[in-house]
Amino acid sequence: MKLQIRNINKKFNNNGHSIEALDNINMEISYGEFVCLVGPSGCGKSTLLNIIAGLSTPSQGRIIKQGQPGFMFQEPTLFPWLKVKDNVAFGLKNLHQEKTAIKEKVDHYLKMVHLSGFENAYPHELSGGMKQRTALARTLILDPPILLMDEPFAALDAQTREIMYTELQEIWRITKKTIVFVTHNVREAVCLGDRVLVFTARPGRIKKEFFINLPRPRDLGNLEVIKISNAIHEELKEEVEKFRQEMETHEKN
Amino acid sequence: MKKIKLAIKIIIFLLLLFGLWYGLYYFKIWPAWLFPSPQQVWKTLLKGLANKTLIIGILISLKRIFIGFGSALLIGTILGFLIARIQILKETLGILLLGLQTLPSICWLPLALLWFGLNEKAIVFVVIIGAIFSITLSVQAAVLNVPIIYLQAGKILGAKKFTLYRRVVLPAIMPSYLTGIKQGWSFAWRSLMSGEMLFITVGLGQLLMFGRELNDMSQVLAVMLVIIFIGVFFDQLVFGFIDRQLKRRWGL
Repeated sequence: MKLQIRNINKKFNNNGHSIEALDNINMEISYGEFVCLVGPSGCGKSTLLNIIAGLSTPSQGRIIKQGQPGFMFQEPTLFPWLKVKDNVAFGLKNLHQEKTAIKEKVDHYLKMVHLSGFENAYPHELSGGMKQRTALARTLILDPPILLMDEPFAALDAQTREIMYTELQEIWRITKKTIVFVTHNVREAVCLGDRVLVFTARPGRIKKEFFINLPRPRDLGNLEVIKISNAIHEELKEEVEKFRQEMETHEKN
Repeated sequence: MKKIKLAIKIIIFLLLLFGLWYGLYYFKIWPAWLFPSPQQVWKTLLKGLANKTLIIGILISLKRIFIGFGSALLIGTILGFLIARIQILKETLGILLLGLQTLPSICWLPLALLWFGLNEKAIVFVVIIGAIFSITLSVQAAVLNVPIIYLQAGKILGAKKFTLYRRVVLPAIMPSYLTGIKQGWSFAWRSLMSGEMLFITVGLGQLLMFGRELNDMSQVLAVMLVIIFIGVFFDQLVFGFIDRQLKRRWGL
């Protein structure tokens, strides 16, 4: 079944002023598709992700989806009081699954994200990349049909990020999840996505979509990736400029 | 190695302190009945332990603090959660508690005596009052400060309502909660001692006052040492231990 986003509008109330964050967003995402959303900051792409996840309600419109999507946040949201294995098992324990079954799955998913041997570590003992891998395992273990990712690699250093691109593409190939990935990094979006949707500055609308028909696995250095990224950058420039002007007039007032 | 060095420093410091004490006694700067020697205090301490007066005093004071502090912990925690979650309670009861917190808990003793009479209930009441505000307020603040992102992560991973409280909110507040508990404990302990001294009933506070009435400085000092010992034991060993465990886990 497709993930359908229909006529989504979202307004926020800020000291009596109504701010329009999202304006009539429509999209259809096929099962197993990897879609990236890019746009200037404040364009509402994270808001849209929260709406799809059910963490926020739209002012208008509806989401048609199957099951609870998994969510990966920008900051590592591992629970600092739980060991890696208990963080990963958190969701399964809410479902009251059998202990041995939980342990088996935890081992399987930790292996998938290359963290075998770190079961008993606490989150603060992990590097940024390891934290996000744990968070990925914690999400994947519930086997959600849809995986929502909100700039999950933004806080990582460049080398770690590149490793994560390869690993995420591999995991996506194996698990066949539908992924909606939000980022402001265009090259990242082109490297990962089957399709890249460019958002306008506030209120967020879909400005243009790009289909990326390049063989996988891709990496950031790929010439085609760079070429398409440059084209998308051109589209974005205008929006970033609009956003900047808006901020300036805002500051003057 | 670091620990051994620290231990050596502490031992030398204590030896110097005892040396000073003994020196002041030896040169008779103050009369001996006002300034007894360490040996005299030690003897009084042993005597009190042998004839059980001190042991009974310790046990009774501990019983009171356990009952009083335990009740304060239970009521204060529940109250803190309720105030944090229910807006109208925050705006009314929350503000009332902030005001009441400024009142030293021993000021509740006259009220407690009139309400409950000269008995155990009055003193336990003062202990509860001593501890409950800091526990309630720390729980309230901690619940409100749980990073929203933990709650969102918990919900996405299927923890709803009560489960979310049990598996996310409760563990997330532990560091601030523990600070509140520690503070509540020390307030409770102070209230208990003042209560026992003002309102004569068996307990460490009473033994302290007896020492004064009998002009027995050795007893006064011996009981003070016991009170310090119990305070240090709970503060450093019990709460300190839990605190260090927690910090090590969280990486704070």
